[in-house]
Amino acid sequence: MFLINCPYCGERDQQEFKAGGEAHIERPKQPTELSDDEWAEYLFMRKNIKGVQFERWNHAHGCRKWFNMVRDTSNDEIKAIYKMGEKPPSQ
Amino acid sequence: MRNKYSVFSLIKNALSYHENWQRAWKDPAPKKEYDAVIIGGGGHGLATAYYLAKKHNMNNIAVVEKGWIGGGNTGRNTTIIRSNYLWDASAGLYDHALKIWEGLSQELNYNVMFSQRGVMNLAHNLQDVRDLKRRTHANRLNGIDAVYLSTEEVKKFCPIINTSQDIRYPVLGGTLQRRAGTARHDAVAWGYARGADAMGVDIIQNCEVKGIKRNGDSVEGIETTKGFIKTKKVGVVAAGHSSVIANMAGLRLPLESKPLQALVSEPVKPIIDTVVMSNAVHAYVSQSDKGELVIGAGTDDYVSYTQKGSHQIVEGTLNAILELYPIFSRMRMLRQWGGIVDICPDASPILSKTSIKGLYFNCGWGTGGFKATPGSGDLFAHTIANDEPHKLNAAFNLNRFVSGDLVDEHGAAAVAH
Repeated sequence: MFLINCPYCGERDQQEFKAGGEAHIERPKQPTELSDDEWAEYLFMRKNIKGVQFERWNHAHGCRKWFNMVRDTSNDEIKAIYKMGEKPPSQ
Repeated sequence: MRNKYSVFSLIKNALSYHENWQRAWKDPAPKKEYDAVIIGGGGHGLATAYYLAKKHNMNNIAVVEKGWIGGGNTGRNTTIIRSNYLWDASAGLYDHALKIWEGLSQELNYNVMFSQRGVMNLAHNLQDVRDLKRRTHANRLNGIDAVYLSTEEVKKFCPIINTSQDIRYPVLGGTLQRRAGTARHDAVAWGYARGADAMGVDIIQNCEVKGIKRNGDSVEGIETTKGFIKTKKVGVVAAGHSSVIANMAGLRLPLESKPLQALVSEPVKPIIDTVVMSNAVHAYVSQSDKGELVIGAGTDDYVSYTQKGSHQIVEGTLNAILELYPIFSRMRMLRQWGGIVDICPDASPILSKTSIKGLYFNCGWGTGGFKATPGSGDLFAHTIANDEPHKLNAAFNLNRFVSGDLVDEHGAAAVAH
């Protein structure tokens, strides 16, 4: 359990948020040309990093907006938060 | 030579104040080379080593464990054993394990305290009723014992449940698998370790894997904190840390690692002599032999390796427990902990070869791996020894995420993930 600084609402309890998994997985531009392996990679395979990970979060019980977070999954420390569409901070 | 545990050895050792018991397993330094190395000294890893030695005559093998054996999810789960899964593939896998459980204490000469006290799954809405009835029929077709119970029969089987129709999610019925139950989790790890060690398996604790050495598409060995170990076969049984090991080999897995919590109460006299699980309200409870209520909470929805978890998850579970069992309202909770579970998109495990020759993964057990420990070890040993899956774990291959032939057990799981 931790506090999350929503870029739109400010600091709120993590209970208000929904985790949306790994960030920056781009939807294939030409899905009809994808092989089964490429589909599996897009749909199912995840980095699942122990350490600094880029992920999406949603302020589900607040403004309901999506944003990105850089978080260390080994100690739940939040390194950075940035809006959708913004460039991820360099690590 | 391993001394047998018996009533006579107990009396003999009592005479010397229990100071002369033989070591249950050795503490060897790693050799330079093994025929196979298992990464992860939990129940599944130790069972894999045990069956590799016992059924496949692979005695020159090692289990490497970064902490102490059974200190991960094997020692953190709520010890529930059942096999009432919906799909044929899952039923085959979990019932194979349950059949081994039934003779495990005798086989290992180690009391794993397997107790077939029954597992009851409750229905709280009409969809639950339909799902559980369907699962009961599916179980019977697969030769797994299952009965559907009315609300009155639920009350009769476990009288402390509040079956009043006035509560928020009233009990509408339930299923019962009588062969299901619990076992002592630590004893399972210790029993398999002792058995494997007796057949020559090296169990190397405090030995963390730092890298996997590949030569093209085949495995050459592993880098560890105790040096390089040469081997052609590596079986990874690292639960929540499977993706970490996979990354070392340049593989990606369809897993997300999340904290799953459990808690126990202060010990009290026997009050609940079965295991009761409720999917809809996410509450499950049993009572340990020490008298503690053993309660399983849910997973957090974010990836984390912290072995902690959020407070509201525990709170939600306890709210449900109190509504279903008002008698527990003044119980004090004694301890709470978390374990890191590796969850697959289809909530079924992976026991599989990989694209790298000699590298095998046994992972993705998510929130319910303990029950499968003996079967998982047996089938994974078969897969490693023959470089081919057994027919019971063939469906649980890594390629199913490419082919789309998933074993989607989300709907049939005892509690929602």
